[in-house]
Amino acid sequence: MANLQANLAGIKSPNPFWLASAPPTNSGYQIMKAFDAGWGGAVWKTLGVPIINTSSRYGALHYRDSRMMGFNNIELITDRPLSHNLKEIEEVKKYFPDHAVIASLMVQSREEWHQIVKDVQNAGADGIELNFGCPHGMCERGMGSAVGQEPEVLKTITEWVMEVANVPVIVKLTPNISDITEPAIGAVQGGADAISLINTIQSVIGVDLDTFVPYPQVDGKSTNGGYCGPAVKPIALNMLKNCAQHPDVTIPISGIGGIESWRDAAEHLLLGASNVQVCTAVMHYGFGIVREMISGLENYMDEKGFETLDDMVGKSLQNVLKWENLNLKYKVVADIDTDKCIGCQLCYIACEDGAHQAIGLSGTEENRVPHIIEENCVGCNLCSLVCPVEECITMVRKDDGKQDVSWTDLAAKDMAPTEFEDEKAGGRHHWVPAPADALKK
Amino acid sequence: MSEYKRPTSEAAFHQNFEQIKPLMNDTEAYYESSRCLFCYDAPCIKACPTGIDIPLFIRQINTGNLKGSAKTIYESNHFGNVCGKVCPTEVLCEGACVYNEQNVKPIEIGRLQSHSTTKAIQDNTKLFTSLPENGKKIAVIGAGPAGIAAACELRLFGYEVDIFEAKAQPSGLALHGTAPYKITNAEVLEEMQYLEAQFGFNTHYNKKINSAAEARELEEKYDAIFLGIGLGGTRSARIEGEDFENCEGATEFIETLKLAPLKAAVGKRVVVIGGGNTAMDAASESSRMGASEVTLLYRRAKEEMPAYEFELDLAKGVGVRAVFNVQPLAVLGDGKVEGIRSIRTESKDGKLSNIAGTEFDIACDMVIKATGQEKQRNFLDTLNVAYDNSGRIEVDEHFRCGKTKYFAAGDAVNGGAEVVNACAEAKKAAQGIHQFLS
Repeated sequence: MANLQANLAGIKSPNPFWLASAPPTNSGYQIMKAFDAGWGGAVWKTLGVPIINTSSRYGALHYRDSRMMGFNNIELITDRPLSHNLKEIEEVKKYFPDHAVIASLMVQSREEWHQIVKDVQNAGADGIELNFGCPHGMCERGMGSAVGQEPEVLKTITEWVMEVANVPVIVKLTPNISDITEPAIGAVQGGADAISLINTIQSVIGVDLDTFVPYPQVDGKSTNGGYCGPAVKPIALNMLKNCAQHPDVTIPISGIGGIESWRDAAEHLLLGASNVQVCTAVMHYGFGIVREMISGLENYMDEKGFETLDDMVGKSLQNVLKWENLNLKYKVVADIDTDKCIGCQLCYIACEDGAHQAIGLSGTEENRVPHIIEENCVGCNLCSLVCPVEECITMVRKDDGKQDVSWTDLAAKDMAPTEFEDEKAGGRHHWVPAPADALKK
Repeated sequence: MSEYKRPTSEAAFHQNFEQIKPLMNDTEAYYESSRCLFCYDAPCIKACPTGIDIPLFIRQINTGNLKGSAKTIYESNHFGNVCGKVCPTEVLCEGACVYNEQNVKPIEIGRLQSHSTTKAIQDNTKLFTSLPENGKKIAVIGAGPAGIAAACELRLFGYEVDIFEAKAQPSGLALHGTAPYKITNAEVLEEMQYLEAQFGFNTHYNKKINSAAEARELEEKYDAIFLGIGLGGTRSARIEGEDFENCEGATEFIETLKLAPLKAAVGKRVVVIGGGNTAMDAASESSRMGASEVTLLYRRAKEEMPAYEFELDLAKGVGVRAVFNVQPLAVLGDGKVEGIRSIRTESKDGKLSNIAGTEFDIACDMVIKATGQEKQRNFLDTLNVAYDNSGRIEVDEHFRCGKTKYFAAGDAVNGGAEVVNACAEAKKAAQGIHQFLS
């Protein structure tokens, strides 16, 4: 059986599933309940000078009948006095000495940072996370993402913390920046032990079409919030990969963003996260979902022969290249399994209107199974993605696998197109219908 | 033993005839509409005689554009609400849904259609406004689905429309003939009122057009006449004793049940003759009205039965016993039904023959003949409108009757089909009239 024991920069936990600093970690009660349910660690809701929150704080993006594909909040850090939180940290650690309790912190001056770091260490926190990510409210006061967007400031504050820290320090990064590796390197330079990413993405979740007020609404007005939930996973995975591949980001990473199932967690781990943090899924379904995550990850690891998390962390990184190094000679075309096809013809119209006119219809009422026009198929995958039947449309390799020529190779040999009318243009000899054919019925 | 007790109140009647396609609430409609794949060149559209753009109206429900969805439905089918409930969707749109190919439950198109149109009717949503007036007048004979659909379509072109209806109430078989568990009378009448208010045609009830003189008057007064006259009463079963008390035609039995349910006479032991959908309805209804034993006799094999499989299943589901390859010979009794004598049959090379010596009797106190409806040949002769050998009005591709100013559609032309067929054909006939007059 796979061993799920996790270790992030010396912070150990029975499994890699942590609760992210957020409403589910607002109190000792919630965290004890979560540990009891199976969570391996929890990052306490950010401590600092307590704030006052608005009433009405969350908004959601639904997709058809799927609730909360995306989620957005305008809640700030803890609104509870520091002493109450410290007392509860102490109590949680008494009950769960082997679980990871991390204190997320956000204050302003060097003195405040020193004081609060010492306070949480005294309370028994196993680690500290610096909240340089919150993209709403706190950033207006020069904290949160305002720090994360300035690598120099981030580095300086990290240094302040490291002056007194005697437990591992994690720097939590904001995705609201062009190049996530810059603040990541700032954290390394500041002496941090790990980074975590991503915090939420600045967002307006939607607009009430009757009142014209965006969500969430506070007395007829709104403000931008932080976006998270399943919809942000691809953004998180990309930023995770960017940091994990960067030679100067030499510290471990805690992956955050869109994790709801063991599959999402496994993807984060494969792209270089040493553990993962979860919030929205718990806000949607409660702490119980961790059972599915643990059992799914265990089964997956057993199936793949991974004994420990180290066997899988970062395993996919070698398979992510720059675009310019991809093999341009690799060629796949779509193949439709006529037995599985149900005749919805979504592949046909997707290719016809949205891609390369490479799917044809039989032209008879009886036969609704489309066919691939192989010479037009560029192997884009679109048809296989819109197809509602599993494994009905597959992409079949057509090149002989002997050639590997990338854009870089072509450019080096002066074989890449460089002019508007270049003979070497990839689409030069592709068939496209005449424009006026569009109007023929 | 039947599970139903004879209903003695309106409430009990509605309980016995609980809707088999009940209305959806908003959440159910939202979930169900979310499942639609939005197929290209969707098979459900092709399977609908009126060609409703089903994926579009489903998507409109899903996005909260209920008005748009109702408009999509009514633009193709003026009886959108009735059809959502009474259409045999299992063999039409829902039968064509691609989910069937995947052994996944097809989209409940009929119920979604009812959801959309019921909302439009309840809110009296105006979908068709500022209709033109072209100064020409059309008479419509019959306020059934064909007549009303034609009237709506004609109003869209700007014709003034007068409908002449022999009965006291509109909607033809949609009101007088459909099984009460498919749609309530109130629902049928509410859609009629909705259409009448929106399209502004005039309906004259208890106005049977009978004589040649009345016909000539219409011909003089109107630019064209649309015949939506449907079919007549139940055809004779041509068996001894069919004139006995308690031996009734299915059309008449169902009409009584629909208009005065608590007064409808239903025997304790009922035998229904026939293998069509009307036979299934009559059998189901007898059972739901409290008959303790209902037997369906069909002269051919089950596979040859013209009724839809699901209609037979519905009947069986309420305790009806179906017997195949049985030819009724005589109703037994002394002026009053006491039983029915039948003989077993067999089909050889498509020819049906009785098996000698296999006569048997079933004791019963009521016989319902679902042996088809009469054609209205006499009336057509009065009008000088031609019909074929089986009494169906002969029309050209524009639904015009020869070189006359008569046009026709619905059961009187197709010989008896679904409400949705009447709507589809009547709409085309109205377009034929418009072409004829412009």
